[in-house]
Amino acid sequence: MAYALEISGLTKIYDNGFQALNGIDLNVASGDFFALLGPNGAGKSTTLGIVSSLVNKTEGSVKVNGFDLDTQREQVKRSLGVVPQEFNFNTFEKVIDIVVQQAGYYGLPRKVALERAEKYLKQLDLWEKRDVQSRMLSGGMKRRLMIARALMHEPKILILDEPTAGVDIEIRRTMWTFLTRLNQQGTTIILTTHYLEEAESLCRNLAIIGRGDIIARGATKELLKEKANSTFVVDLHDAVTEIPEALQAFGARVIDDYSLEFSIQKGASLNRVFDLLNFAGINAISIRPKTNRLEELFVDLTGNNAEQEADNEQ
Amino acid sequence: MNSNYWVAFATIVSKEVRRFLRIWPQTLLPPAITMVLYFVIFGNLIGSRIGQMGGFDYMQFIVPGLIMMSVITNSYGNVSSSFFSNKFQKSLEELLVAPVPNWIVLFGFVAGGVARGLACGVIVLLLSLWFSKLTIAYPLVTVSVILLTAVVFSLAGFINAVFATKFDDVTIVPTFILTPLTYLGGVFYSVSLLPEVWQWVSKLNPILYMVNTFRFGIIGVSDIPVLTAYIVLGIFVVVLTGWAMYLLKTGHGLRS
Repeated sequence: MAYALEISGLTKIYDNGFQALNGIDLNVASGDFFALLGPNGAGKSTTLGIVSSLVNKTEGSVKVNGFDLDTQREQVKRSLGVVPQEFNFNTFEKVIDIVVQQAGYYGLPRKVALERAEKYLKQLDLWEKRDVQSRMLSGGMKRRLMIARALMHEPKILILDEPTAGVDIEIRRTMWTFLTRLNQQGTTIILTTHYLEEAESLCRNLAIIGRGDIIARGATKELLKEKANSTFVVDLHDAVTEIPEALQAFGARVIDDYSLEFSIQKGASLNRVFDLLNFAGINAISIRPKTNRLEELFVDLTGNNAEQEADNEQ
Repeated sequence: MNSNYWVAFATIVSKEVRRFLRIWPQTLLPPAITMVLYFVIFGNLIGSRIGQMGGFDYMQFIVPGLIMMSVITNSYGNVSSSFFSNKFQKSLEELLVAPVPNWIVLFGFVAGGVARGLACGVIVLLLSLWFSKLTIAYPLVTVSVILLTAVVFSLAGFINAVFATKFDDVTIVPTFILTPLTYLGGVFYSVSLLPEVWQWVSKLNPILYMVNTFRFGIIGVSDIPVLTAYIVLGIFVVVLTGWAMYLLKTGHGLRS
């Protein structure tokens, strides 16, 4: 299998002694749509920073598109497009200048740069804003500008660090469509996100990182299958203050007067719960998952990891 | 040069030049106004009472020094403020993720600093024509020394910006080191007027060599041997380039 990214034994210790990565191993197949998930400070941005040459690694090896970061850094950089978490363009420059300059850094002649600028700014709905100073753009436009800039040299791999942070749902969905199309055209996409719905609906494979270690990895669907329980919220017609005893076996609890939640094993029938509600004279008017499944898995894994660490510290 | 590198170099230089042209009231206008004041006050008003210096009218004597002063402060200031702004706004990451070799990054910013230094030098030179006749005694010396000086101070500005962590850090060196050295570097006087011990101390000031050699290029007189000045300039270019390349390679202040 050809890999877009091969990480082996990657360790990062910052100057202040903080160890952000504890020798992680991670492979991402070419053409994949891959998510790297984890709570704040888990090591996601450090990992992507090392791959993008913005952070120096302490130990380990990184290969991008088959090129070694230590010995073939120029080829590594040519293979990558990078969309960072924070806005990192000159806010006094015009949109068109920012993308054309970036193409120049990759050695593209100005004529080609201008053609690509038109192509990507149009695809990302920024063409009308090409002569506007970038500081005048909205948050969503600034994020799209960084994507356009990262695509100017048409990289094989696009790295996005929280690309939809602070973006409204409509623009977020437009960006999802754009990224899906880009992936279908052959670009490997690696993203980090806090919107787990985003990772669940977009990414074929994912890894969860916690406190510098990879704590889960694999196909998104397979990982979700491993999730033992699902929690549901039931909205009620009439106010309820007490949970029927039989429902307590499902970990049921009252959220407020008109809703309660319960957990059920994966694959178990919901009918039993409805029977018990019916028997107790509780009228359910709707039911919904408490969170998306990936979010539950994420909380289970990262929560356990944090608890384990706390135990170790004791 | 590899054509990709050439495009990257041209992109950095063009970005730098457009930057200082876009903010010309902050970059090109102030040296013009300051130098006109120097010409009027020191050249015309005070200079007429001083008489001759080094065998020339005082105005003719100070013109080369004032041009050089403008080149020094502007080439230094351009690179230190531009590179630090790029670092502060994180737009430097655009360059760090791109396949641009460190030497192209360095030479691109230095070329931008040289361009602004020379632009200001030309502006001051043109303004000086209102106050004094200009004849260039040794054109090759004039051009080479001003170019080398602009390169040296652009390199120094670059190193300052790499170490800077806040905006104050890019103003400390010009205020407390560069300005005193420039004023004591023989811009307004010939060091031969100083007592012997102070002449010796003055020779530790690298700016003295640059100002005097440039003055030699224009009016043909210098307090120090021209060859010594070229050696001093050459040493500075080599040492500062090596230092800047080392900082870029290790990522000091640029990569965590």
